[in-house]
Amino acid sequence: MKLRGQVWKYGDNVDTDAIIPARFLNLSTPGELAPHCMEDVDPSFASTVKSGDVIVAGENFGCGSSREHAPLAIRGAGVSCIVARSFARIFYRNAINVGLPILECPAAAGDAERGHELEVALETGEVRNLTTGRVFQAEGYPPFMMEIIDAGGLVPYTRGRIEAGS
Amino acid sequence: MSHTLAEKLIAAHLPEEREVWPGELVEVMVDLVLSNDITAPIAIREFEKLGVERVFDPERVVMVPDHFAPAKDIESAEQCRAMRQFARRQGMTNYREVGRMGIEHVLLPEQGMVAPGEMIVGADSHTCTYGALGAFATGMGSTDIAVAMATGRIWMRVPETIRIVYHGRLQRWVGGKDLILYTIGQIGVSGARYKAIEFVGPAIESLSMDGRLTMANMAIEAGAKVGLIEVDDTTREYVDGRAMRPYQVYQADADATYAQVIEIDASQIEPQVAFPHLPENARPVSEAGNVPIDQVVIGSCTNGRLDDLRVVDDILGGLQVHPDVRCIIIPGSQQVYLDAMREGLLDDFVEAGAAVSTPTCGPCLGGHMGVLASGERAVSTTNRNFRGRMGHPESEVYLAGPAVAAASAVLGRVAGPQEVMS
Ligand code: SF4
Repeated sequence: MKLRGQVWKYGDNVDTDAIIPARFLNLSTPGELAPHCMEDVDPSFASTVKSGDVIVAGENFGCGSSREHAPLAIRGAGVSCIVARSFARIFYRNAINVGLPILECPAAAGDAERGHELEVALETGEVRNLTTGRVFQAEGYPPFMMEIIDAGGLVPYTRGRIEAGS
Repeated sequence: MSHTLAEKLIAAHLPEEREVWPGELVEVMVDLVLSNDITAPIAIREFEKLGVERVFDPERVVMVPDHFAPAKDIESAEQCRAMRQFARRQGMTNYREVGRMGIEHVLLPEQGMVAPGEMIVGADSHTCTYGALGAFATGMGSTDIAVAMATGRIWMRVPETIRIVYHGRLQRWVGGKDLILYTIGQIGVSGARYKAIEFVGPAIESLSMDGRLTMANMAIEAGAKVGLIEVDDTTREYVDGRAMRPYQVYQADADATYAQVIEIDASQIEPQVAFPHLPENARPVSEAGNVPIDQVVIGSCTNGRLDDLRVVDDILGGLQVHPDVRCIIIPGSQQVYLDAMREGLLDDFVEAGAAVSTPTCGPCLGGHMGVLASGERAVSTTNRNFRGRMGHPESEVYLAGPAVAAASAVLGRVAGPQEVMS
């Protein structure tokens, strides 16, 4: 699957309070959360982000709380994928679990700027910056995680295992 | 072969008997699964998609209404209700309602729901608090927790371990919070990303259980998966007579392989304060300069325990909160509240001009009970000072331990305890 969209660029340590402020945690569906995504750090984001757009960030994206509301809000906003230098541990799990593709690729994250056009091939991990013409290779997923992704997230994966009686 | 404490704890929870090494993805059997009024509603929604009727063990699935509880608005009340109804339906024996609850990470150790050697996962990033008891405890998201509730199992990656050795004797007024803020200041908010930390050395051994829980609590603020402290007499004294289940003690091997070993002379550490907007912006409070404040919050899963309130009383007792400051003190659990009341601490706090609240996370995450307005500054004994964490995006949070918080409440600016006590 190829994802394609414009870049929204952020720095290091984008925390979960920045992605979705705690005052909105009395909501829980992607549709309710999306209008408040990145509200405190980039007020124009939620109203102007287009379906398919890509978030590009520095180190430790998604640090802070375990709130799954963070990847849900990003997915709800229409973001197709996140490319970062690195991700915080819990955010990484959450994104995979809720079916939000994320790629660790320091070189691509360093190259992309706001407004650039990126094309991401999830199967191969190839990140193509259509604006600069440069092509990068992201870290691949371990096979076990690929199984979760292929199943469509942790819940369908587990459901399949439970039904198979293992 | 030799192993770190994290490796041993994970190996002990595999379905089969074998060793594990860093980097491996394994499936572990869990002893306890936790969630709260914010994360449980999503976990329940995902649980119901799994096609399973019952949780794997109703005694080992715990839900705590603490973040927006007592319910701050209608949406929060609905979330609490969804959780409460699920807990009743499932016959969960360890569900604690408002009036009998506490902030989850204060409540669970205090009530003996977590014990050394166990594997605990929670839909809350500060689940790592129980590492202070020598348990492997780590935060995950709601979907992971839904799967753990249903199956009693969850996958994880075996982490590398950073060993941090704290030498020397602690100065007066320096506690677990100062050690951990100092440490995060040294290694940064992603310094232990994906890794386990072992906190060791004489300065750690000298800490009370409350001080250790504070340290392990903030391991996540360095990006760690868990912050572990080995079981010793202090742990046993705390756990014995409390733990709901028999427990086992594991120890790191002397020649285990570490990703990094950091040596710290803890005798040189002064009371700390972390400036906005990251916990790594720690510095000695003596170098804070003149920072006037509007609010002080004392409480949370980091510093809402009895020892913390005793330290606050040592400084605040008999004095007055500065006229420009709102000082909000929140005992971390009903038991802490009761103990503090019996010791006369709450009398002192109210007489000093502080507001004392029922247990709740409340202001820690900008929820309720003390949300900051634009431009306001707070000194807080909580664990995060991200932009907007306690309210308006233009507000500021200065993280500190209870001694600095109490001194700041008296002086109306970021201040060290020596300034009040001399
Ligand atoms: S007190 Fe704060 S950090 Fe602790 S569980 Fe509650 S919201 Fe989270």
